[in-house]
Amino acid sequence: MLNTLHVLVQQSWQTVFVALRALRRNQLRSALTALGIIIGVAAVVAMAAVGNGAQASITQQVSALGENLLTVFAGSKRSGGVNSGQGSASTLTLGDAEAIAREIADVAAVSPEVSGFAPAVANGRNWSTSIVGVSPEYLQIRDWPLAGGAMFGERDVRSSAKVAVIGSKTALELFGPLNPLGQTVRVKNIPFVIVGVLAGKGAGMGGQNQDDRLLVPYTTAMKRITGDRYLRSVNIQIRSAARMEIAQAQISGLLRQRHRLAPGQADDFSIFNQKDIAETVGSVTGIVKLLLGAVSSLSLLVGGIGIMNIMLVSVTERTREIGIRIAVGAQASAINLQFLIEAVTLSLCGGLVGVVLGVATAHLVGSASSFQPIVTADSILLAFGVSFIIGVFFGYYPARKAAALDPIEALRYE
Amino acid sequence: MNAADVAAAPVIRLRNLCKTYRTGAVEVRAVRGVTLDIARGDFVAVMGASGSGKSTLMNTLGCLDQPTAGDYELDGVDVARLSPPQLAVFRNRKLGFVFQGFNLLARTSALENVELPMLYTVPLIPRRERRRRALFALERVGLADRHDHHPNQLSGGQQQRVAIARALVNQPELVLADEPTGNLDSRTSIEIMGLFQELNAAGISLVMVTHELDIAAYCKRLVVMRDGRVIGDTVNPDRRSAAAELAALNRTEQQADLN
Ligand SMILES: Nc1ncnc2c1ncn2[C@@H]1O[C@H](COP(=O)(O)OP(=O)(O)O)[C@@H](O)[C@H]1O
Ligand SMILES: [Mg+2]
Repeated sequence: MLNTLHVLVQQSWQTVFVALRALRRNQLRSALTALGIIIGVAAVVAMAAVGNGAQASITQQVSALGENLLTVFAGSKRSGGVNSGQGSASTLTLGDAEAIAREIADVAAVSPEVSGFAPAVANGRNWSTSIVGVSPEYLQIRDWPLAGGAMFGERDVRSSAKVAVIGSKTALELFGPLNPLGQTVRVKNIPFVIVGVLAGKGAGMGGQNQDDRLLVPYTTAMKRITGDRYLRSVNIQIRSAARMEIAQAQISGLLRQRHRLAPGQADDFSIFNQKDIAETVGSVTGIVKLLLGAVSSLSLLVGGIGIMNIMLVSVTERTREIGIRIAVGAQASAINLQFLIEAVTLSLCGGLVGVVLGVATAHLVGSASSFQPIVTADSILLAFGVSFIIGVFFGYYPARKAAALDPIEALRYE
Repeated sequence: MNAADVAAAPVIRLRNLCKTYRTGAVEVRAVRGVTLDIARGDFVAVMGASGSGKSTLMNTLGCLDQPTAGDYELDGVDVARLSPPQLAVFRNRKLGFVFQGFNLLARTSALENVELPMLYTVPLIPRRERRRRALFALERVGLADRHDHHPNQLSGGQQQRVAIARALVNQPELVLADEPTGNLDSRTSIEIMGLFQELNAAGISLVMVTHELDIAAYCKRLVVMRDGRVIGDTVNPDRRSAAAELAALNRTEQQADLN
């Protein structure tokens, strides 16, 4: 038993060289045959790298939203997660925000949020940006540091002061390299004094730039910019992660009571936590992964069939060679092994090129997008494993055909 | 059996051997009851018209095919009852083939062609030893200096010599040759027959198919077939010597050059 194994290993080793020589002899044909495997493996490797990178970037972005954050949006949550209707309904009031701060024990900080889109004018330039009305706690809740100056205070909120904290992108568009601190920016002809500059945060969930905004006291925004008594959302920080679920339920109960919703009636608000958001985005990347997975499996299948086809051609072309080998005493198993190894060698070479191509593609994607793809050893190992299995699976039939040839007829074959 | 008996025992013993091909409803009785003993060291020519069953007999002798009836003992073993893997071992260890069309692997050197049977020998032969034996076999056929040539760089006669070296390399009990001179000119044919005579003198048993009488004349024994049966089996009364004839040919050529 051990001896036959030894013979098999030795013969396989000899055969690898025969196989490589046969592949080299038909370089173009081999390359074309391996194309399916190359594309499939490249897709798998690139997909895994991009998927991992996107996942990591999402995780990082979700945690960058702030710790233990709950966001209440006006309007109901539709099935399937975020929809554009949220925040536009007129159901959330300042009273709701105050009640949450007052009555829910686990709440650490609350910031109402209203927003509108308006042109901001300063330094002789004009730039359309988001005017966002918030409370001083907003930065703490969103875990958002300042690059300079200070956040406006409680007093500014009470007096509806005309002060603003400017986003880094907005500052760049309006002031260029100048320091915006102390400068005046006019929105709807109202002059705001810039008291702080936000640190850059990059693209947020969904890709919109979070750095293009002007934070002003919510009182000022409601009175002078939006002219609306309703809130878009309420940002809430909960004391500890362990209390998130309970707090969410309590807030929901409180709001239902305040909005006088009868049992069985749907919520006219929606509460999101980071987990929901991560899951929503995760499900989207999951769909993308599934699609790419389908594309690459299809490509691998086509590649495998290509290998089977070319191996069948090879067996036919080399009928006489097979006859000679059988005549000089090759066992059917040795012939079988030879062609199986040729198929596996072909698919593994395709796999190797595919891995290189996949890593290159991942880097290309990385240089063209906001996140860094992550190539893992797992995905490369998987790619080679899949190539190997394809070689064995699609090489099996041609190899068996070769081994079953009748030597007399094979030797007579022209 | 003692040593003398083994030496005296025939290398091939056929009893009423039959081979019938069935293709659909048609039955072709290619070999119809051949009884034949071939002694060690014999050199047999199998002759007969085309379609008389010579190749079929040779393929059966060569363990490439199983008889449909009758007994076949090769080197004292009942081969007709062996399984395909066991037949492969017999082809590898006990038999050497030489074909009309040479049947060398293209794009493979002479040396590698000669090494081919040893790749399938169990227990395994180390690489270095394979090379040594292959070179020795090439030397025996006078082609040691061409060991790295590919078949397309060799003449027909040289290719056939490589094929003979391949047949010899595993020191078989018997070399089988089906029309080995069929693709060669007469001068090269005599050279190949000279090589066979040399090998036979060194103790190798040979069976070859030919339909040319003057080629058969180099063999020790003449077996004639017709319609799948042996109709003649005689010792060659006046055997030709290829070596002597080649020497004579060389002399006349030299004289022609001088004139
Ligand atoms: N594989 C086969 N199937 C059917 N008939 C065959 C096959 N091989 C040979 N024959 C027939 O058997 C007979 C003997 O053929 P063969 O042994 O090749 O003759 P030879 O070599 O003497 O010319 C012929 O009639 C031939 O047509
Ligand atoms: Mg014939």
